[in-house]
Amino acid sequence: MFVYADNAATTKVRPAALRAFTEVAETYFGNPSSLHTAGQRAQEELTRCREKIARLLGAEPREIYFTSGGSESDNQAILSAAYAGARKGKKKIVSTAIEHHAVLHTLEKLKKEGFEVILLPVGTDGIVKAEDAAREIDENTCLVSVMLANNEIGTIQPVAEIGAVCREKKVPFHTDAVQAVGHIPVDVKTLGCDYLALSGHKFGAPRGVGALYVRKGAPLSSLIEGGAQERGKRAGTENLPAIAAMAAALEEAVNNLPAYTRKVTVLRDRLIEKLSAIPHCALNGDPKKRLCNNVSFCFEGIEGESLLLLLDEEGICASSGSACTSGSLDPSHVLLAIGRVHDVAHGSLRLTLSEETTEEEVDYIAEKVGYVVSYLRNMSPVWRDLTEGKRKYIL
Amino acid sequence: MALYSEKVMDHFKNPRNVGVIENADGVGEVGNAKCGDIMKIYLKIEDGIIVDVKFETFGCGSAIASSSMATELIKGKPLSEALSLTNKAVAEALDGLPAYKMHCSVLAEEAIKAAILDYYKKNNIPYDESLFRESSCAHCAKTE
Repeated sequence: MFVYADNAATTKVRPAALRAFTEVAETYFGNPSSLHTAGQRAQEELTRCREKIARLLGAEPREIYFTSGGSESDNQAILSAAYAGARKGKKKIVSTAIEHHAVLHTLEKLKKEGFEVILLPVGTDGIVKAEDAAREIDENTCLVSVMLANNEIGTIQPVAEIGAVCREKKVPFHTDAVQAVGHIPVDVKTLGCDYLALSGHKFGAPRGVGALYVRKGAPLSSLIEGGAQERGKRAGTENLPAIAAMAAALEEAVNNLPAYTRKVTVLRDRLIEKLSAIPHCALNGDPKKRLCNNVSFCFEGIEGESLLLLLDEEGICASSGSACTSGSLDPSHVLLAIGRVHDVAHGSLRLTLSEETTEEEVDYIAEKVGYVVSYLRNMSPVWRDLTEGKRKYIL
Repeated sequence: MALYSEKVMDHFKNPRNVGVIENADGVGEVGNAKCGDIMKIYLKIEDGIIVDVKFETFGCGSAIASSSMATELIKGKPLSEALSLTNKAVAEALDGLPAYKMHCSVLAEEAIKAAILDYYKKNNIPYDESLFRESSCAHCAKTE
């Protein structure tokens, strides 16, 4: 059996998106910046895509900027707000400890440039508290950045609540909604954000295309200089086929959202229940306030990379927050932030489902994870020490 | 997966000499759970020859493969030969390891040395201390 359970990494391209891609590539091959008919037809198609995406997010078309993806969108939003703030002498940024590296590494760069960066902690449930954000915001704050849904443990953050605080205190607010768009309802007005980053390939568009919502009037500077595309804020000929595919994918995802949520929530809870039966493991993050397709566990006494490789042998594609899978020394900052110690954070497993996932596949995953975990535990000196009482169980 | 050579995957999926030797003559454990790798080597020694060797490993694919390969390389060999086994030899026998996984082969070398040192100490056998350097695994030292 082949089971793809890594939809938080990337999703299979939706047939509707692929159709839009090829149709637009063939029909609207002109450069949208060209004056001639072919160019103008492409320009019109670009406008239609922008209108569609804006409508699906509750935004105005002129508030949507097309980018190469989530990382670029996050970078542009954060740097724009930070440098605009610095020009007014405001150099404090409030964010969270569980952000994606696209946000965290941009904040690191700003820190080196003299910005003060506050990373709010999260509870063991993996959720940041809006009152903690409110407490940190002061007259020097130029930006608050809080992700809508976490990429590793799927927890959904109180972004609308934090957005309301930011509105009240008149502080620019960015949300990294890369994991959320197409998976939960997303409306920029409800969220109260000034910036929102999204990535096409997380909801069935091809990789390499994304968008940034920028509320009318919020500062925006370019990362890429050149032509006047995207109202002078993002140079480079627009990737129109990919943009059209993203618009088609988002439309389908949003239309299917109620059915998707109903179906996948049942599968998620079934998988969580089955995996919870494995001794000495724990679910990461709140069991309910999480994306309907996210299952994240830590298993004591084993290491995540070997778990992933053996699951791959069984045909299961999954992901882990272990240090060995990232090439770094430390396990996932998200798992550490929710209070998992290094020893168990190394033994993490993320399974992210899709609407194509079946009950049979969920049962297959649960069976194979159980088998592989006990196989690896049987060769683990850590597990031996735990079973012999020489080391205390953490989970 | 192209991350690892076929040899690494073979030793990872079908590890040789996994297990425990009851009343082993020498036991060595290196690494720590915090940094994500622990290797434990058990030796049965007769007349200066490693007649049996087993290992237990907590760690990634290359850690398990390195342990497996290292045990194969020292099985049936005299202690002097086992002591001269380098991490490079382990990695080469596996047709190479990715650069950031080389510490796994270092752990394998050190686990064998630790097990032999344990044997020397238990039996009051004099040994050349220069053969048993401080842990050279920067990976583990850094996260301690």
